[in-house]
Amino acid sequence: MNTKVYDPTSEHLPSAVARPDRLVSLQGATIGLLDISKPRGDIFLNTLESLLTEAGATIKRFVKPTFTKPAPVDLRHEIATQCDAVIEALAD
Amino acid sequence: MELEKPVLEDGFVAFVKQDCPTCTLIEPVLSQMVEIGILKTVFSQDNPEFPSLKVTEDDSDLELSFKYEIETVPTLLKVSEGKEIGRIIGWLKDEWEIFCEVKNLGPEDIGDFSPGCGSRSVDPDLQPMLRQKYGSGLGSKIIEFASSEDEFESMYKLGWSDGLPLVPPTESRILKMLEGTSRSPDEVVALIPPNLEDLTVEKIAINSVMAGCKPEYLPIVITALEAVCTDEFNMHGLLATTMPVGPVLFVNGPIRNEIGMNSGMNLLGQGTRANSTIGRALQLTIRNVGGGRPGEVDRATHGSPAKIGLCFAEDEEGSPWPSFSEDLGFTSDQNTITVFSGEGPRVIVDQLSRSADELARSLAIGLIGNMHPKLVLGFDSILIIGPEHASRFRDEGWSKQKVNEAIITHSIRETDLLIRGADGIAEGLPPDFAGLQLPKLRPDGGLLIVYGGGGAGLFSTSIAGWLNGAKGSQYLTKEIGK
Repeated sequence: MNTKVYDPTSEHLPSAVARPDRLVSLQGATIGLLDISKPRGDIFLNTLESLLTEAGATIKRFVKPTFTKPAPVDLRHEIATQCDAVIEALAD
Repeated sequence: MELEKPVLEDGFVAFVKQDCPTCTLIEPVLSQMVEIGILKTVFSQDNPEFPSLKVTEDDSDLELSFKYEIETVPTLLKVSEGKEIGRIIGWLKDEWEIFCEVKNLGPEDIGDFSPGCGSRSVDPDLQPMLRQKYGSGLGSKIIEFASSEDEFESMYKLGWSDGLPLVPPTESRILKMLEGTSRSPDEVVALIPPNLEDLTVEKIAINSVMAGCKPEYLPIVITALEAVCTDEFNMHGLLATTMPVGPVLFVNGPIRNEIGMNSGMNLLGQGTRANSTIGRALQLTIRNVGGGRPGEVDRATHGSPAKIGLCFAEDEEGSPWPSFSEDLGFTSDQNTITVFSGEGPRVIVDQLSRSADELARSLAIGLIGNMHPKLVLGFDSILIIGPEHASRFRDEGWSKQKVNEAIITHSIRETDLLIRGADGIAEGLPPDFAGLQLPKLRPDGGLLIVYGGGGAGLFSTSIAGWLNGAKGSQYLTKEIGK
């Protein structure tokens, strides 16, 4: 007789979300820089801010309360509504 | 499991749905069979008015269709003495005539053959509800392995395993496992990271079967999962970190002995089913239901064998002190589980200390090495004090609190030695910490002392924790439910 087993995984099927279009130009774009609160993330992001500003982008800086947890919903919403793109500095 | 089936009237019984062209095609056949008195009942899955016959009965709740395992409509059953003795599916005129022992069945214009349609009772969207209502009570999808498949290999291929073989989660094993709890299989006990999926008792039971648990372990696994799926414990971060940490569990209370947990010799090692499978069940649940898999959200650089699952019990009977849970205000007859984010165990050897103070100093310097000797206060630690070490403290009448304070006091170091760059080592505390004296472990709960281990050996064992508190993970102790 065939063995029948029960699925140990979630019953939900993942839904696909389309990526936003790539930015055509940095000129005039608002770029979010997200510091996840890891040591020296600020050094990396300061350098990026200089380079992106030179390229004509407007920069908005954001900080996660702790690198160990996902960004709070409110912060994600703030970034999504205020920025055309976001760069996250992952680690030290 | 054999379902209890309602008794059918002797003769022929048909299952149909109006939505099936073959079922509507053969309506005259069914009518003819009623006229000659051989068709006793027609169960209609979608419209109780179809077919318009005096023997038509409503099965739109699909109870009969499910219990008789109808996969195709039309299905015609032959019933004798209340039991099914044969069945045919679809419409094949010759087959029906032989099966019914009737010649010239149906009008000429309906043709000789028409395949059937899927029964509503096997609709994947309805199956979980039907199984819960009329079947095993389980709502999870069923996966059937072909007879030529090795189910152990197939489970590996499905990605369910932590690398070790799994016990196949069959219906009978899952139902047996669920006897270990009074909670309903469909109860959602938590949202499980990282995917924040609904975690039901049933899914925990399935993963506990696979891990090798016995039913009496299930309440511990459920409570442990409730504890790790909290914001304070931060299971998502524990997965996502590159550090080699996972949930470390230890149990207090009578359940330890009732289920045969090991709190003595080799309590952290192999050989005891409860110790080896409870932590594994938790980790398999995180993997399979939460989606926390190595290489995906689990980003550990090296990981640790402790991430297969690490669970042990405190030796309350042998301890010179109140148990860990009693220190927190639980009574000795309450069962608790403590969840702690930690790496693998590491021994601290001291075979020479003869006084309590000497040993406290020695254990302190042993703990200083956790994670990095120049990093302090950020990481808590479990310290499992072995019986021979504990006797040093017991002989001098030291309380556990005194031991705890002494170890933390002896771990205090000049921060000038710990700041970045000190001793030629870049790693360390930020420069503004210079000029202080700080202990390795925070005094307000940074050291969790647990008693356990074999009777011989002048050793204790530390389990170093991940980043503590609100920035990382807060350990917690929870009473085990039923």
